[in-house]
Amino acid sequence: MRTYGYILVMALTTYLIRVVPFTILRREIRNRTFRSFLTYVPYVTLSVMTFPAILETTEETWISAVGFLTAMVLAYNRVSLFLVSMGCCLLVFVLQYLP
Amino acid sequence: MNSRMYRKGMKDGIPVALGYFVVSITIGIAARGAGLSWLQAAVMSFTNNTSAGQFASFALIASSAPYAEMALSQAVINLRYCLMSCALSQKLDADLPFYHRFFLAFGVTDEIFGLSVTQKGRLNPWYTYGIMSVAVPGWSLGTITGILSTGVLPQTFLNAMNMALYGMFIAVFMPAARENRLLRPILAVSMAGSAAFHLLPQFDFLSSGMKIIVLTLTISLGAAVLFPIEEAAEKEEKPEAETGGSRV
Repeated sequence: MRTYGYILVMALTTYLIRVVPFTILRREIRNRTFRSFLTYVPYVTLSVMTFPAILETTEETWISAVGFLTAMVLAYNRVSLFLVSMGCCLLVFVLQYLP
Repeated sequence: MNSRMYRKGMKDGIPVALGYFVVSITIGIAARGAGLSWLQAAVMSFTNNTSAGQFASFALIASSAPYAEMALSQAVINLRYCLMSCALSQKLDADLPFYHRFFLAFGVTDEIFGLSVTQKGRLNPWYTYGIMSVAVPGWSLGTITGILSTGVLPQTFLNAMNMALYGMFIAVFMPAARENRLLRPILAVSMAGSAAFHLLPQFDFLSSGMKIIVLTLTISLGAAVLFPIEEAAEKEEKPEAETGGSRV
């Protein structure tokens, strides 16, 4: 039963962290620096999480690097999210079977 | 309008669900190591939806740590969701019924947030619900798969699925970098900083979750001070749900 206790504690803590800002920040924030900060947060977080972790998705760094560059080029050229994601996924899958 | 956005959310959510499925398989394997049953692992995944937090929890569960320690470690590791909720709250229409905030909060994960916050104009909550309705089951099913079928799926397949998840991140920030020139140096600094934190042993004392928090806070704050976004430019940004993809 103690395991379910842990799960409950985890779920409550994590949900509170997610929900509290939603309930407190009901109005738009006017402060320009803070607005800019919030605009930049998602892009910075995503790029930080992507690199260099993406290079460790396969055993061969060069295969991961090819997948990374492919996704970067496709995305920069406004290929849709689904195709960018599946494109680098398929390429990496095939490359791993090279002799 | 709502059902169309819901379906769009489901479509954009497919890569998220696939990526979650795979990442979550590793969660399932770790859960087995900590002695959880498949049902316990599934309940944990369904109610938490957090990779770093769940990974960290297994060591605490295995060592019978106090509940308070569990709460504190989850709070720190998942602090970035707090920032994400702040950002997402700014995307909501003031007239939106309040209860949506309670449902949206449940879906604040790195990926669902990334897709939602980069929608043009106001966020239609049904778009986020669409993503959640494929991504959350993907996360839970992956955990169950992991705990039940340890060692069945080929590693090449798991690797490729992991790549799909990162490809999705890239598909969110690269189009934005093309449209907003200020973002390019910011993204370059972010990746360089992340690489430095990863490679330099001086930063080993930070957990991977903390590294993300520290980098995000410092770089975003620095960028906001150095390159504040003008209000005028923001006002031109009208709701364009009809044409807008998942791009900024």
